[in-house]
Amino acid sequence: MPFKRFVEIGRVALVNYGKDYGRLVVIVDVVDQNRALIDAPDMVRCQINFKRLSLTDIKIDIKRVPKKTTLIKAMEDADVKNKWENSSWGKKLIVQKRRALLNDFDRFKVMLARIKRGGAIRQELAKLKKAAA
Amino acid sequence: MAPTSKLSQGIRKASRSHTYHRRGLWAIKAKHGGAFPKAVKPLAAAAAPKFYPADDVKPRQPSTRKPNATKLRSSISPGTVLILLAGRFMGKRVVFLKQLKSGLLLVTGPFKINGVPIRRVNQAYVIATSTKVDVSGVNVDKIDDKYFARDKKKKAKKTEGELFETEKETTKDLPQFKKEDQKAVDAALIKAIEAVPDLKTYLGARFSLRDGDKPHEMVF
Repeated sequence: MPFKRFVEIGRVALVNYGKDYGRLVVIVDVVDQNRALIDAPDMVRCQINFKRLSLTDIKIDIKRVPKKTTLIKAMEDADVKNKWENSSWGKKLIVQKRRALLNDFDRFKVMLARIKRGGAIRQELAKLKKAAA
Repeated sequence: MAPTSKLSQGIRKASRSHTYHRRGLWAIKAKHGGAFPKAVKPLAAAAAPKFYPADDVKPRQPSTRKPNATKLRSSISPGTVLILLAGRFMGKRVVFLKQLKSGLLLVTGPFKINGVPIRRVNQAYVIATSTKVDVSGVNVDKIDDKYFARDKKKKAKKTEGELFETEKETTKDLPQFKKEDQKAVDAALIKAIEAVPDLKTYLGARFSLRDGDKPHEMVF
């Protein structure tokens, strides 16, 4: 019931609207009631509305508005990249991106693989049913 | 020559003979042997036409503009797998061979895989996928637009009685040389296709949109 992910300095968030859609950023300062200052290793520090952010579970240990190099070091120490890619949310996004780039031939091969997998599952199920009967 | 003053509008102060002397016309006459030099009259224009049209309208000229050669989409190159979007073979995936002089694309199924023969197809009715087949072993030099020209039917004159009879069905058989050409073109292609796993079944299947498919977001 209570909130678990808070807007705080060091909170890692995902941009969900705008030019930087899909980028993982760190909240480095709060501007006012609606806006935060965000930063990431490969972008210029900028302000963004909270409505455009989706908070993640990851938090890093930084002071208010750190230097870029300090930020990068803090992110590496906290192992943000691996934590994100191993989280179920992060894994889902990676799969979505991969699926979006599939070729028509790739999609066909995926279809064949799914049919094959379904067939194998049904065979096993039939075996189990027979054994239980 | 300074102008002579006027007494009133149209009335000059100096007399005719006085102005003759003033202007030196006697000197010009003396220079040219006693007579004024006569200007050479230009040759008389052509005889006046009988008829002048009421309006000045320019006659329409036929256009000398020649159409440019059809540009081949950069995503299409020999060996590309194309998806046909219209016609009898709608949805079939075929292999592109070359662009003909008329601008149409020459494709083949191959025939044994999906039933599409050596055929011409318009670029506009085709989706180019990024899948490519190796066509280095295929020779399509002798196939051009004339290859696909229709045979001229010779209509025999019918007598009155025959006119009311139903037309006898003339079965149009494919000439043997076309069947041979199909086999020749497809032989090398099929070998290249079988080298890639699943490609043969891919070309044999038709393309269709399913629920949830967003064609504007799909990468082909």
